[in-house]
Amino acid sequence: MDSLLENYFNPAILAQYFPSVLAGFWVTLLVALSVIAIGIGLGLLLAILRCFCGRLVNALIVIFVDVFRTLPQLVVIVFVYFGLPYAGLTLSPFAATVASLGAVLSAFAAEIFWAAIQTTPRGQWDGAKALGLGFTGTMFLILLPQAIRLAVPLLANRAISITKGTALGTAVSLPEILGQAQSAMAIAANPSPLTLAAALYLALFLPLVAASRWLERRPKWVR
Amino acid sequence: MDLFLENFANVDSLMRVYPLLLQGLRLTALLALATLPIALLTGLVIGVLYGLHRRWLNVFLIGWIDLFRSFPVLVLLILIFYGLPFLGLTLGSFAAVVMALTLNNSGYYGEIFRAGIEAVPHGQREAARTLGLRPLQTMFLVVLPQALRGVLAPLASNSLELVKSTSIAALVALPELLRSARVAQEQTYNPTPLTAVAIIFFLLLFPFTRIVAKLERDLLARSR
Repeated sequence: MDSLLENYFNPAILAQYFPSVLAGFWVTLLVALSVIAIGIGLGLLLAILRCFCGRLVNALIVIFVDVFRTLPQLVVIVFVYFGLPYAGLTLSPFAATVASLGAVLSAFAAEIFWAAIQTTPRGQWDGAKALGLGFTGTMFLILLPQAIRLAVPLLANRAISITKGTALGTAVSLPEILGQAQSAMAIAANPSPLTLAAALYLALFLPLVAASRWLERRPKWVR
Repeated sequence: MDLFLENFANVDSLMRVYPLLLQGLRLTALLALATLPIALLTGLVIGVLYGLHRRWLNVFLIGWIDLFRSFPVLVLLILIFYGLPFLGLTLGSFAAVVMALTLNNSGYYGEIFRAGIEAVPHGQREAARTLGLRPLQTMFLVVLPQALRGVLAPLASNSLELVKSTSIAALVALPELLRSARVAQEQTYNPTPLTAVAIIFFLLLFPFTRIVAKLERDLLARSR
């Protein structure tokens, strides 16, 4: 029991490394928010473009979506950070992580939005046309509001699971929570900083997971 | 363009590292095959236990599910691989990865099975009891078969995510596909192995991505 406290909840070490792990917390938070903003924004844009554009653009969108839905997040991050410099594109760990996870989330979001738009019954189009709405009006006033509502639970789950991928940034030496805790652990020769990291991740993601549980349940009693 | 091809699709480099990648592929497949059944079974047990509706057990199970859904799987892996040895429990990298993926996915699968079982109308249980079935018989003969049909899409989706996340094993020096590619890249000073591994992952997983997308679209259409 003593060794458990000594190793995992060592107060002196926890206090000493708290500031550096907390600095990692802000990096994690910033990456997470950027990934969500880019992923959902780009995903929505791609889904809308896919409804408006011709065959060539659609094919490109489908390829983008398929590639980033299929590849493991870590493979994308490692490729972007270690592979792209050979093509003359060198990104910082922060930019590489945000770009990779953002691309992955946008692929999933595009697919979810697009599928949600597709499920709209044909009659909605006819009704909108009868009211004198054009294609754009129908899209933004009729279809999207319904599609977004339908997409929210699925999207929330995806966004959370991909945002958790922020921890993968340690692979390209992004100084986020896990990376900071690991280097602190190496210096202190004690895993207490890892406990701290675990606690910070829980503080960040447990409320989100609980909220997504609520979101999934909500539609039943709203209707 | 020539320079681009020479960098990203270099045949010489590919021939040299080909055995390394093959070995990586074997390990990735092994990891997936070892973890999938264990994680699925753990999730099923969690779902079934929840279905027994014992108050304190359910509070504990929801806590378990949400706890492991909240941890990034890499954090679990690092805790297990680098943290546990301080307690005198040293796991090999393969065992540590299987354990981390299993714990993480027990949360995901557990929630899927739990929600699926809860979605079966309560009348089914009452009818089964009227017929004289015992609680476990009710669960396995009446409730579970109906629940499984509803959870096929999320199960498939999560299984795909599990296979993809085996690549985190690269970070505890287990030479699966991604790690092999990194080693090969450092040997050849050339990113071709990384391209090759991305292509291997894509070819292997793409059919499943499409199947999962189809299942999810059907689910979305039904939820409307």
